[in-house]
Amino acid sequence: MNLSSLNWNSLLPELVIVATSLIVLITAVVGKVSRVDRIARGHALAVVTLIGLLIAAGLTIMQLSQPASDFMGMVQSDALSHYLNLVILLAAALAVLLAWDYLGRFTYSFSEFYSLLLLAVAGMMFLGKSTELITLFVSLEILSISLYILTGFNRHQLASAEASLKYFLLGAFASGFIVYGAALLYGDTGSTWFSDIAANASGGFLTLAGFALLLVGFAFKIAAVPFHMWTPDAYQGAPTPVTAFMSVGTKAAALVALFRVLQSAVSAPYETWAWALAILSLLTMTVGNVAALRQTSIKRLLAYSSIAQAGYMLIGLVAGTVLGLQAMLFYLFAYAFMNIGAFACASLLESDDWSELQDASMANARGLFSRQPLLATALAIFMFSLAGIPPLAGFFGKLYLFDAAIDAGWLWLALVAVINSVISAYYYMRVVVVMFMEAPDESTRVRLPIPDSAILAIVIAVLGALLLGILAGPSFASLGQAVVAWRF
Amino acid sequence: MIFDYAWLILLFPALGLLFNAFFGRRVGHKVAAIVANLAVALSFLMAVALAMGLSALPGDESSVEVLLWPWIHIAGFQVDMALLIDPLSSVMILVVTGIGLLIHIYSATYMKVDDEHQPMDERRYARFFVYMNLFILMMLTLVLANNYVMLYLGWEGVGLASYLLIGFWFYKPSAADAAKKAFLVNRVGDFGMALAIMWMFFLFGKEAGSLSFDAVFAALETASPAVVAALTGVTLLLLLAATGKSAQIPLFVWLPDAMEGPSPVSALIHAATMVTAGVYMLARSHPLLELAPATMTLIAWIGGLTALMAASIAIVQTDLKRILAYSTISQLGYMFLGVGVGAYVASVFHLYTHAFFKALLFLAAGSVMHALHGELNIDLMGGLRKKLPVTYAQFLIGALALAGFPLLSGYWSKDAILLGAFVTSYPLYAIGLFTALLTAFYSLRAVYRAFHGQPRDEHLYDHAHEQPRGMTWPLWALAFGAVFAGLLGLPAIFGKEFGFPVGNLIEGWLKPTFEGLSEPHVAFSTEMALFISSGFVALIGIYLAYARYVKQSGWTLSLQKALSPLQPALENKYWVDEIYFAVIVNPLRALARFFATGAEGVIDGVVNGVGAVTTAAGVGIARLQTGLLSWYALSLFLGVVLLLIYFVFA
Amino acid sequence: MTIPLTWYLILSAALFAIGLFGVLARRNAIAILIGVELMLNAVNVNILAFWRYIRPDDPSGQVFAIIVLTVAAAEAAVGLALFISIYRTRRSINVDHLDALKG
Repeated sequence: MNLSSLNWNSLLPELVIVATSLIVLITAVVGKVSRVDRIARGHALAVVTLIGLLIAAGLTIMQLSQPASDFMGMVQSDALSHYLNLVILLAAALAVLLAWDYLGRFTYSFSEFYSLLLLAVAGMMFLGKSTELITLFVSLEILSISLYILTGFNRHQLASAEASLKYFLLGAFASGFIVYGAALLYGDTGSTWFSDIAANASGGFLTLAGFALLLVGFAFKIAAVPFHMWTPDAYQGAPTPVTAFMSVGTKAAALVALFRVLQSAVSAPYETWAWALAILSLLTMTVGNVAALRQTSIKRLLAYSSIAQAGYMLIGLVAGTVLGLQAMLFYLFAYAFMNIGAFACASLLESDDWSELQDASMANARGLFSRQPLLATALAIFMFSLAGIPPLAGFFGKLYLFDAAIDAGWLWLALVAVINSVISAYYYMRVVVVMFMEAPDESTRVRLPIPDSAILAIVIAVLGALLLGILAGPSFASLGQAVVAWRF
Repeated sequence: MIFDYAWLILLFPALGLLFNAFFGRRVGHKVAAIVANLAVALSFLMAVALAMGLSALPGDESSVEVLLWPWIHIAGFQVDMALLIDPLSSVMILVVTGIGLLIHIYSATYMKVDDEHQPMDERRYARFFVYMNLFILMMLTLVLANNYVMLYLGWEGVGLASYLLIGFWFYKPSAADAAKKAFLVNRVGDFGMALAIMWMFFLFGKEAGSLSFDAVFAALETASPAVVAALTGVTLLLLLAATGKSAQIPLFVWLPDAMEGPSPVSALIHAATMVTAGVYMLARSHPLLELAPATMTLIAWIGGLTALMAASIAIVQTDLKRILAYSTISQLGYMFLGVGVGAYVASVFHLYTHAFFKALLFLAAGSVMHALHGELNIDLMGGLRKKLPVTYAQFLIGALALAGFPLLSGYWSKDAILLGAFVTSYPLYAIGLFTALLTAFYSLRAVYRAFHGQPRDEHLYDHAHEQPRGMTWPLWALAFGAVFAGLLGLPAIFGKEFGFPVGNLIEGWLKPTFEGLSEPHVAFSTEMALFISSGFVALIGIYLAYARYVKQSGWTLSLQKALSPLQPALENKYWVDEIYFAVIVNPLRALARFFATGAEGVIDGVVNGVGAVTTAAGVGIARLQTGLLSWYALSLFLGVVLLLIYFVFA
Repeated sequence: MTIPLTWYLILSAALFAIGLFGVLARRNAIAILIGVELMLNAVNVNILAFWRYIRPDDPSGQVFAIIVLTVAAAEAAVGLALFISIYRTRRSINVDHLDALKG
């Protein structure tokens, strides 16, 4: 074995991200600059980060049509991972745009922030590609540790620190189970490669317990109930750009990795794990939606909503068919646009008081339409899309997911999901009603300053939510072509 | 083939709106306006090209479907993004882009100042054109859709554009309220539309596999009696949707308030195009309507009564734009009347002539508003004809066309509808004829009050200035249409009897769309009598207005006194707003407050309504989310145990 | 080799359970972190036992153990930094006192 025999091409996008991360990090120790200049430098770093993300996205797109290739069997670069990469890079780019102005309000440590963000991106990308337990574990930890720090980035604010602490301790706790599961699988088969595990699994206690514990790790990252407890707190406390990023990126990567594990490593019969996932999906969407009903903070409402959304996406895995995977990938794209867009709007509604709980309360949105009609319209579009109202992306995503479920014989799950959508419409509409029907009170009458970067992010998200809806047919079909290439 | 490029007609406004959305506020007034105008102009050229392509088709083909892309495609059911180009939609796209273009040109100058007559900043100027191009895009989507789902997309899209534009001066409470009202009232209609589409999906979705007009109408031929019976329900829901969008009884209340939007918006959206979408949709659905005679009768009566009611309210209004708004409602009533009596061609013909003269009137009113720094009260005007001769001439032409002055465009199209009513029902004809009298009266009343006599407010009068050139020529183009557009629809019988070289062009053009339906025809002598009588009625109305407001004859005053018991009803618009307020708006308000307060008890109450289980669950879950890490860790561990048990023992 | 594999597995399971108990029972963030570290290292014992008994010819078991160690170290570093930062503002790292976010 030597290094030149490895197919480096298949890891090119990830390597670009890691290199960008290092470049960004180095600037932290180069030269001393005044406070004013540090803001300018922060913007420069954001640009560098964006360029890195764009290059990685470009490389991924160039590889889209290339056949799958592997790296000593540890990673698999195929259509699935390419599409996942695009979702993650999109989420990260939008998060950078959000952070552009937001970050400067509480920190000057720009290079650390962007560097960690890029590392998290790299972790997610590797996670989606890994076909080997050690790689899987390492990528999971890279993304987790980066996100623990990002969550607590607003150090002086207690909510942020508390969110970070909870996320960290629970995440580390969950890691213990994952690693135990991986160890059991290793002990059962003597190998850490998925293909060997599938081939040599005894099907006994070690195999089953190993998979169960591995599933815990994924369920934790996806924020499936009952492993979701950290989610509302961490999402609410984290700086909003980070919340937006991790609510999309982590879920996407974990879902795709879980799919890979289920399809290539699990030797247990389909019914066993599909039922487990179906129950998780049922619990996740129901608990997420019901809990969101009572929220008075838009940010926390969105946190619960994203739990529910994860429940919908799990349906694609439950179906376990081409249609299911296709529907899940489509939903991931739709979800990236609408969820980040919604968090972006929420970040603009946050109060400026940094000592208290950093929050976008529902009251701040009161009468938003008569203050800022475009912002209100954008947020309404995201809410409609999340609620699944045609012709927006979210509607088609749900349509495809439910169709895949029915197609695979999970009619009851589809029905539960439809009922859940109806419940969810209630709290999404509440936000719209508050913005459009309420009169603004004196304290919320002021015009909010909206930075250009946030406008850009919101516009991209609106366009995405609209176009994925209007062009649902062709985009779904193109995902289909890619997914069929995946060996079932 | 030109039809392969049909998608360009949608692309141009889409590009225009994207450009202005992204760069509009940086490039300045001029470029923003040019881009927006160019987008609509190119769309218009495309519409002309498509219409010409359509006319060049061989005789037995009359419509073309252009597939853009498959949209929804699941489980044997398919909805495409596809355009239907046929005689009816070609008339609509010509009206939308043609009138739209003229109004865009006018707006480029008009919108340079804001509602307080201050120079408009680039940002809002560009935003205006973004909304306008969005409207054109959505309206074209609506009229070009080949299926109900895509039509609904356009339907909601124009509603959104209209909502945004009514609330364009969103910092004015009246504008924000008007936008809110339009939004709420239209929601009722749109709900009907959504239900109708769902119902059609259940009726035809399985069999036809699609909701395209062709598939649905084809399925009608083999429909069982039960399905035909259900069509009455479907068409009633469609009618509800149409009354919302086209401001008919019972959902007309939003349109007068919608005049809070800038004048070009009133001209384009709330007079010439969007509000006619209901008429278009009903005409498009005529195969369904033909199988639901009860709905047809209802449409005719709603139309007739709306026409009468709105015209009578218009008589006592003093706000120039509100007079025009009620007149729009009234004219749309005529169109509904036409659809209801099966005179589809006449309806579409009136839709098309109305677009010219009503857009002309609104833009002229906008010019008056400009000249008088935002004043619209005709009681404060008077004598403006000397200061604003051009605007006066334009407004007069529009008013005469609206009044049905013989040989102008409105005369021909209104008569075509009255002819249809005459054939079907004498009471409806009588209502229509009487409304024509009122129409002539209130149109000329507005002219005389605003432009004749002595100035009633010297200050306003002295500061009045004629419209700038950029606004003049689009108005003259519209005026030309208001005078001559009717010539396309001269009654066919004239051609036969007088040996005209041309017959009823518009009827010939639309015939393929309404194939199998016979437009009402009567004997030549009857038709002549109808023409003469309605011309006569229009002249009486005009004379009455002249006698009352210019000559101020004593007998008109005593007539007014005799009619004065009616006045409170008219001035208060038959108290419809008040009734709705008590019956609908207040409960809705309460509901909104209910939604928005977020107070624990209220939310609990609502959720209680949904189901006690949900409440318990909501409370339970909130209680579970204690914020305590140890509990979180414990629940995670419980999850692990459950998963382990499941996997190991399953 | 007279000690059977099972003994190692039992030892590691016991250590894991002790760590688990620590996480669930303790209120001091550092004690919880110690519990987590104990869990990770219990797994390490497991991995190395498996390597030695099942695949002594293949180094991937060793690699796995080293990587778990590294990750555990990284987590400890991040965790302690976090605790210090919280301690500075709250003068306590009792996790029961951190319940501003809930509901």
